[in-house]
Amino acid sequence: MRLLEHEAKQILKKRGIPVPEGKAFAAGQELTFSPPAVLKAQIPMGGRGKAGGILTAQTTQEMQKHFEHLLATPIRDYTATKILIEQPIVLRQEFYLAITYDTAAKLPVAIFSPQGGVDIEALAKEDPGAVVQMHFSPLRRFPSFMGRELVARAGVTGKLLIQLGRLFARLADVFLDYDATLAEINPLGLSTDGRLVALDCHLDVDDDALPRQPEVAPIEKEQGRFSGGREVSDFERRAQEIDSMDHRGVAGRVIEFPGNLGLIIGGGGASLTAFDAVRQHGGQPANYCEIGGNPSVFKVTELTKHILSKPGVKKIAVIMNVVSNTRVDLVARGVIKGILESGLDPARTVAVFRVPGAWEQEGFRLLDKYGVPYCDRTVSIDQAAGRAVSSASVN
Amino acid sequence: MAILANSDTKVMVQGITGREAASFTKDMQEYGTKVVSGVTPGKKGQSVYSVPVFDTVAQAMAHEAADAAIISVPPLMVKEAALESLMNGIKLLVIVTERVPRRDTVELLELARQKQATVIGPNTLGLISPGMVKLGMAGGPVEDVKKAYMPGKVGIASRSGGMTTEIANLLTTNGIGQSTCISVGGDPVVGSNFLDLAERFNQDPDTEAMVIFSEPGGVIEEKLAQWVMDNQVSMPIVAFIAGRFVDDMPGMRFGHAATIVEGEKGSTKSKIKVLESSGIKVAHAFSDIVTILRDVL
Repeated sequence: MRLLEHEAKQILKKRGIPVPEGKAFAAGQELTFSPPAVLKAQIPMGGRGKAGGILTAQTTQEMQKHFEHLLATPIRDYTATKILIEQPIVLRQEFYLAITYDTAAKLPVAIFSPQGGVDIEALAKEDPGAVVQMHFSPLRRFPSFMGRELVARAGVTGKLLIQLGRLFARLADVFLDYDATLAEINPLGLSTDGRLVALDCHLDVDDDALPRQPEVAPIEKEQGRFSGGREVSDFERRAQEIDSMDHRGVAGRVIEFPGNLGLIIGGGGASLTAFDAVRQHGGQPANYCEIGGNPSVFKVTELTKHILSKPGVKKIAVIMNVVSNTRVDLVARGVIKGILESGLDPARTVAVFRVPGAWEQEGFRLLDKYGVPYCDRTVSIDQAAGRAVSSASVN
Repeated sequence: MAILANSDTKVMVQGITGREAASFTKDMQEYGTKVVSGVTPGKKGQSVYSVPVFDTVAQAMAHEAADAAIISVPPLMVKEAALESLMNGIKLLVIVTERVPRRDTVELLELARQKQATVIGPNTLGLISPGMVKLGMAGGPVEDVKKAYMPGKVGIASRSGGMTTEIANLLTTNGIGQSTCISVGGDPVVGSNFLDLAERFNQDPDTEAMVIFSEPGGVIEEKLAQWVMDNQVSMPIVAFIAGRFVDDMPGMRFGHAATIVEGEKGSTKSKIKVLESSGIKVAHAFSDIVTILRDVL
């Protein structure tokens, strides 16, 4: 879960990392803040400045006007519900500080650049020497001396080296204590009067650690919380409802696509494989999904009906990897039932049924009874996808 | 004939009294795996499919020393369970639990390195050396495992547990046997990634080629490609990268936690490019894995 800037700044402040004086305001709130002011739209995305999400105001009227404008204007596809208002700070220099996991090295890594306020990945590509990094042990943490060693590699010395080393250690503590997967300060500003201030920050908290993060966990449940990277369609929302109607198994992660071939596919890896294969054969998927575990007949039935209710969808392909946990006969029963309840003929509606594995004999018997075309484990996922695409193109 | 485990491997199951753990304990035994003990704190004296249950790993080890521990306990208890096994000298951990916090994974992996132990997972279905041993849920009940897997000389490493069996099944259907098949786990950080396993397969005299099943997200393919080039690795590696359509959907998470594309990083396009440039063969259709293997074997 990505925290919003003002939420993350609260945490930094509590942990001794200076942030600008400021406060977040929601629509309708009185702006108890004296200009000059910087107004920042609170959205879970970077690149706000360029997109017009950060404005400065010299007077109260201007501040009010910007406030209302930022609440009313989508920025990078998000409409902010809160605006952070802060005191402007005059800077002498900007730095980049981050802690994240190097997934290949299986260790946390601290990253520093004396050129802050930029896209760090672009900078690392252009000028690799301008970005330095150091792995560290999660058990020994990242004490100040390691911070000093890291910034020294980038040419920092003097009082600044001491200040940055201490600040880096605190950021690493935030990263570990809050179960973050990314803790980034960009930029960290050096003010003209010699103070270090975190002007912007990005904190991603590991979703899997939320149960032990009582301070952060409630934020996720807040109303109007941004989630995911894109708008959820009505079709997808209805699919989510179906998945949550029954706790058994998964019939989820339904994503709508503009095609005509309905897909009931699973589990995770096989869904990716089957979806690619349908497209490689020239098919037009109507949806992506992942079924797995052992979903109830009810759930599969409802999902089948839902996909068939999408305009233009006449056929459904059912493709899974060789299953051991999921029962083939239950998937078959659910699909057939869903088609019948949609008033359609299973024999003509199933483009292909390729789910080999546990209870396959029972499943195949059922499919035979309704004349549904199926294939066994000797037909691979991509071959099954090919059959589905030719079947879908027939009528 | 195999890496990591063989028919002599003695296995302990941590969390054995859980429903899922009990069920795969039975499947493992029927496949021939030597399950010597189980541990669930507070349940000493019980037994699960005749496997004695102990309160602590130390007790279980005193009963009979185990070589490998399979960990199936709630996510926030995984780190402690792993520590307990590592402190008691177990050298192979298979962590099947999903949703382990990343910090815990990284911490337990550090201790595992100190103890020179190997970790598979978290979020893995386990591994199978066909005809010898099965650790974890991989493949399901014995009759299903026997249909999909057969002994041979190709190693499999897959991010997806289900696709581990699917690839084995594809090879078996086409008469190609497997040495060891590993579900590496779906998390961004796993104990043994494609590179770690490629190094092991490369040293195994009985493995002649390796198949990897990869998904969007992460940079391990780049490291693998670099390793192949730096060491002029002659073992043929065949890669299949699923989820090409995900390249157009940055920021979205698919089946596994690790399956997320951030900018160019982790896209299937960049993975395919870097793998091919190192000489690793990329199968563009799933069935091509067989065609390519026939060429190189």
